[in-house]
Amino acid sequence: MGNLYQLLSEDVRFSECLKACMNCGVCTAICPAAEFYRYDPRRICDIVQRRNEDEIEALLRSDTIWYCGQCMSCKTRCPRGNVPGVLISILRKVSQQLGYFAESEKGRQQYALTKTIAKNILDIGYCVHPDRISPELHPEQGPIWEWYVEHIEDVAPKLGANYHGDGSGALRHIRQESLDEVRKIFQATGAMDLLDDIETFTKKETGIDDDETLFALTYSGEEPK
Amino acid sequence: MSKRYWNQYQKEIADDRYFYERSCIRQSFFPGSEAAFLKILREELGKDIHDDVNQHTCTGIGYHSDVVPFETTMTVVARLFSLMTQAGYENYVPSCVTSFGVFTEIVETWKEQPALLEKTRKLLKETTGREFNIPKNIVHPSDIIYKFRFELRDRMKYRLVNRYTGKPLKVVEHIGCHYAKIFPKHGVGNAEFPYVLAGMIEAWGGEVIDYPERRHCCGFGFRQYLVQQNRGYSLANTQKKFESMQPYEPDFILTNCPGCSMFMDKWQYVIAEMENKTYDKDGYGIPVLTYEELAGLLLGYDPWTLGLQLHQVQSERLMDKIGIPYNKNEKFKGVSGKLLPYPEKPEHLKV
Repeated sequence: MGNLYQLLSEDVRFSECLKACMNCGVCTAICPAAEFYRYDPRRICDIVQRRNEDEIEALLRSDTIWYCGQCMSCKTRCPRGNVPGVLISILRKVSQQLGYFAESEKGRQQYALTKTIAKNILDIGYCVHPDRISPELHPEQGPIWEWYVEHIEDVAPKLGANYHGDGSGALRHIRQESLDEVRKIFQATGAMDLLDDIETFTKKETGIDDDETLFALTYSGEEPK
Repeated sequence: MSKRYWNQYQKEIADDRYFYERSCIRQSFFPGSEAAFLKILREELGKDIHDDVNQHTCTGIGYHSDVVPFETTMTVVARLFSLMTQAGYENYVPSCVTSFGVFTEIVETWKEQPALLEKTRKLLKETTGREFNIPKNIVHPSDIIYKFRFELRDRMKYRLVNRYTGKPLKVVEHIGCHYAKIFPKHGVGNAEFPYVLAGMIEAWGGEVIDYPERRHCCGFGFRQYLVQQNRGYSLANTQKKFESMQPYEPDFILTNCPGCSMFMDKWQYVIAEMENKTYDKDGYGIPVLTYEELAGLLLGYDPWTLGLQLHQVQSERLMDKIGIPYNKNEKFKGVSGKLLPYPEKPEHLKV
C-alpha cells in the first residue's frame, strides 16, 4: 500500500494515543489479553511508530489486532501517556476500511457483531436487550436467565421495568422518532457504510452468501444447527 | 502505604438536578437496581433526577466492539446531550461504567480538539435539527451514592456486620475498568486507590478486602465475550480474580458496572458446572451485588423487588448473616402475585 501509517495517523484519536513509545513493556505486563493470547501491545506500538509499512500491513491482515479486550488498563500504566487500546481501535478501523480484516478468522467475527450489537442499536435503540439474549446463544447465563426470559412479562414489572411499554423506564419501547434520528446519525457519520463493508468483504472472502451460515461460523465457529 | 491515599483523588459530584441515562446492560440484567437507584435518589435523598423518554444507547458496546465509528458515537452522545439540554439539566449521569468512559473520552477529546466539537455540532444539527450544551458535571450513579453514603447510612435499617460474630463483613469490591483507568482523575480514589465502592462499604459497617487482582479486568473484553468463540478469554480473566480473592474468604463481591456484576455472577456458575468448583467453602459461590442492590437491602427494600432472584449465585445466606428478613415464598412470584414455575437448578452450584 505504502500509505498505511498515513491512514492510521489521520484518525482524530491517533495523536492522543501514540507519542514516542519507549518500549518498556508495562502495557504488556498489565494486559489481560496478553495473558490469554499470544499478544504483545508493546510490539504493536513499536511496529506502528517505526512506520514499517510491510509490518503494519501484516498486522492489519492478522488475528493479532482482534485480541485486545479494550479494558484500557494500558492507558493507566503507560509512563508516556500512550494508549495501545485506542491504537488497536484505529488499526481495526483501517483493517475494516481496506477489507483486510476478512482475511483473519478473528477479523471475520466482526460480521457476527454487526448482526447482534449494531443491529440491536438500529432496531431497538440499545446494544443489548433481554429479547435479543437468547439462552441458546448464551448457555453461560444459566437456568436463571432461561427462567427470566421465559417469564419476563411477569417478572420485569415487579422489578420496576416498563417492559415494551410507552413512556420512560427500563426495557421500554423506544419511540420511532428516536430510532429514526439514531439511524440518520449512523448514515451521516459512516456507520452504515462500515456495516455494509463488513458484510461485503466477509461474504467475498468466505464465498458464503447465506446470512444464517455466516453468522453461525463467525459467532460460534460451527455450522448452523 | 497510608490507607487514606484515596483521599488525594476526589472529584466534583453535583448535589442535585441530574439527567439519568439508561444502560443497555443494567436495564437488561438488573432492572431492579435501576429502579432502586431512582427511588433512593428521589425518596430517600429528595433529589431531582430526570428519566427522559427519548433516550437510547450511547453505543459504547458497539464502539468498543469496532462496529460503530468514533464519529458516530460522538454524534449519538451529542444527541443524548441535546435531550439533557432540552430538559433543562446540566448534570449528566450515565448508568454504566462503559458509558461513563465514553462520555469522559468524548468530552476530553472535544477539549483537546475544539474543531471536532464544532464538527459534531454541525453533524447533529444536519441530521436531527438538534443543538446541545456540554454537561457541567458528568458522574457515575455510584459517585452520587458515595457522596451521600453517610446520609443514607442514617436511614438504613441494617449494617454490614455478621450478626452471628459481631464482626464486619469482608467485602471484595470491583469498580470496573472504564470507571477510572481511562481518566483516573474522574474516578473517586483514582484507578490505583479505588474508593467509590470502598467508601460505601466502610460507611455501612463492612471491611474492604485489598487483594492482589483487585484492579484486574472482570474479563468482559467486548468482542471477547460477545462472540461465543472468544468467551474463554472472558472466563479466564474472571477466574483469575476469583482465585486471587478466594484466600480472603469474602462474604460478597460489590460491583460498580452492570457488566462486571453479571460476569462475576455467571462465570461462577460456569466454573461450578465445568469443574465442580466454587470459591466459597460451602458450594454456593460468592454472592455478587450491585451497589444499588446493597444500598436497597440495607435500607430495607424487598430483595425480590430489587431483583436478587435473577442472580445465579443466590443471596439468602448473605441476608441471613446480616439479619435481613425475606419471604422465600415470594421469590419466584410474578407481578400479579402468581407463583411462577421454579427455575431449573444447576447441577453443581447450590442454590
